[in-house]
Amino acid sequence: MSLSSGNDRGEPPLLIRGASLPGSERTDVLVRDGRIAERGSGLSAAGAQVIDADGLLLLPGLVDLHTHLREPGFEQSETVLTGTRAAAAGGYTTVFAMANTRPVQDTAGVVEQVQSLGERAGYATVRPIGAVTEGLAGQRLSEIGAMARSRAKVRVFSDDGSCVHDSLLMRRALEYVTTFGGVIAQHAQDPRLTEHAQMNEGALSSELGLAGWPAVAEESIIARDVLLAEHVGARLHICHLSTAGSVDIVRWAKARGIAVTAEVTPHHLLLTEELVAGYDARYKVNPPLRRREDVLAVREGVADGTIDIVATDHAPHPVDAKECEWDAAANGMVGLESALSVVHEALVQTGILDWAGVARVMSAAPARIGGLEGHPTALLPGERAELTLYDPSARRAFGTAELAGRSRNSPYLGMSLPGRIVATVHQGYLTVSDGVVVDEELVAAAAARRER
Amino acid sequence: MRHLLSTRGLALDEAVHVLDVAEEMAETQLREVRKLPTLRGKTVVNLFFEDSTRTRISFEAAAKRLSADVITFSAKGSSVSKGESLKDTAQTLQAIGADAIVIRHQASGAPQVLATSGWIDAAVLNAGDGTHEHPTQALLDAFTLRRRLHGADSRGRDLDGVTVLIVGDILHSRVARSNLWLLSLLGARVVLVAPATLIPHGAHGWPCEIRHDLDEALAEFRPDAVMMLRIQAERMRDAYFPSEREYARQWGLDSARLSALGSASIVMHPGPMNRGLEISAAAADSPQSTVLEQVANGVSVRMAVLYLLLSGERAAGGAGERAQGEKEAER
Repeated sequence: MSLSSGNDRGEPPLLIRGASLPGSERTDVLVRDGRIAERGSGLSAAGAQVIDADGLLLLPGLVDLHTHLREPGFEQSETVLTGTRAAAAGGYTTVFAMANTRPVQDTAGVVEQVQSLGERAGYATVRPIGAVTEGLAGQRLSEIGAMARSRAKVRVFSDDGSCVHDSLLMRRALEYVTTFGGVIAQHAQDPRLTEHAQMNEGALSSELGLAGWPAVAEESIIARDVLLAEHVGARLHICHLSTAGSVDIVRWAKARGIAVTAEVTPHHLLLTEELVAGYDARYKVNPPLRRREDVLAVREGVADGTIDIVATDHAPHPVDAKECEWDAAANGMVGLESALSVVHEALVQTGILDWAGVARVMSAAPARIGGLEGHPTALLPGERAELTLYDPSARRAFGTAELAGRSRNSPYLGMSLPGRIVATVHQGYLTVSDGVVVDEELVAAAAARRER
Repeated sequence: MRHLLSTRGLALDEAVHVLDVAEEMAETQLREVRKLPTLRGKTVVNLFFEDSTRTRISFEAAAKRLSADVITFSAKGSSVSKGESLKDTAQTLQAIGADAIVIRHQASGAPQVLATSGWIDAAVLNAGDGTHEHPTQALLDAFTLRRRLHGADSRGRDLDGVTVLIVGDILHSRVARSNLWLLSLLGARVVLVAPATLIPHGAHGWPCEIRHDLDEALAEFRPDAVMMLRIQAERMRDAYFPSEREYARQWGLDSARLSALGSASIVMHPGPMNRGLEISAAAADSPQSTVLEQVANGVSVRMAVLYLLLSGERAAGGAGERAQGEKEAER
């Protein structure tokens, strides 16, 4: 493709021809100057780059509310550049970057740095999440106001990786962020009940001799926090909810009118604790893989709206953090590249969600919860061109070639998954084209033109 | 057998065969010259990430009596304590030419990771991993039980109709887990006795009975054997029970319980014992106690396992792999 012809931005318009929208309406979409210019059938534009989207599904760009980009501090696992490349490969156009970097994202300086690294890379919008407490230590509130008022305009605050366990501190945090229209995203894990915890507590953990991570350690924190949110009239978001009991508590809270939202990861929608039996640390994750009953319950939670969004908890780790004995291995799985296929398998092929539902839980709802401005919802003219083009009829053996980030710790390697990302459009330019991630120089150049 | 990682998943004929080979080994130990040439030229590495003098010298004795070359690699003070990974250590041992690795590790599953990672070709023998399994301890316990009950007539027999009480810290005990799977495989009835805090979550689905009151359990089951597990001091700090005194009073094998047990029943302990806590001196030193027999039998059983892993039967067998495969398939 040539970047030199066309309009004054030096880019040709992009014409997506014959795509299916969620709800099965077919349409052409013309993208120009970073926005959807026209929608309808039989569109044409001089010099346009044409994508034949016959049989392909066009979704609003995916938004991940829970990504670990690892930069600054853990660049051997991932960087903002490599992590957003993985995001693009998975059809994402925005990621919210968790705060457990080194230094921690607990000051305006660090969040602004992460945001600008994202802008420079150009693969996706990077929205930094601010730490709730200084250094994620759970002792003192971090500079929440400074981060909210910084150029990064932080709206989501989380100590993810650690639970804000102190009840009083959690209450204050919930209250304080309302000042800035923010939300606390809680990693619900009672630390005392999960000391040295290695996997879901139950008959299997007892047999394998791995210290248990009981469901009650998650559920008791969620129960406390929804009551705190009710008491102070604040918004609460629950990260990576994983148990049937947690679904019940959130369902109860929503029925009571409490302003709580909840997320589930793709892996908790598909995988169960039986995978741990071989002690392969690729399956080590926090919260841990749970029972079949829990998987069915979280799917049901998505179906009835108790769970608002699917978020990846993309957690890259270097090889040696996983090629070792189970206890010594790091928690976490990469998930950006596989998320849509896993949701396809776990929720669409099971009849739980249609594609409009997928667009809701992977794009519109996370954008709303995260306070992401200007994200397209209806794919109408004038909206920003943040788009994902997906081939739902494909099926692929998921291998390391599918991974576009720096790390390889995917639990899906060797599995067969449905679907394939054909193209991802961010700010009107392609970050994935013909199923291949576009070169970083081209993407960075396109992003730089948007800056002007 | 390719590896011995657990007793869970062993086949009945396989387990009985190990015990029978151990009988052969025990017989050789009565000869004037106890050393056999069987594993001459083979290298056995004892890879101990956790201190355990008793288990280590038992494996050393077993390997030496089979004429294997023995290298003992103790993690303390070595490169391992300086942060070398299990993978690097394993690859070093592979380069040295280890034929079998006897591994003791504080992390559950480490032997399985070693055996299935592709880092090494050596046979892996689990000498105790975390709170998972300690298969040779269970085999030597079953061997000891079978000998006490059937004497010279032991060969080829299982433990059908035998009742065994396992008493104490089941939650943290790899010995209890390995014994549970093996004893129930051999047809024994297993009863776990402990305060509720020391019974693993989900154990109600295991092939055993669970009781909390030791006196009632002794009266109810009239066991052929009681196996007392070591209680570690730090368990009190973690609120599993209030005090040593209370534990000893409720779950210790004291003189009164020893006499309630009857003289035909045996008293087992994997060692090392806390005399006065889980077992009284009178019980430990009584004629019913098999504590020292267990140690002696340990050498015979470990000789049998090393022989089966490293001799010609290894190539013909593949039974360990088969058992592991079935274990996976069950899930």
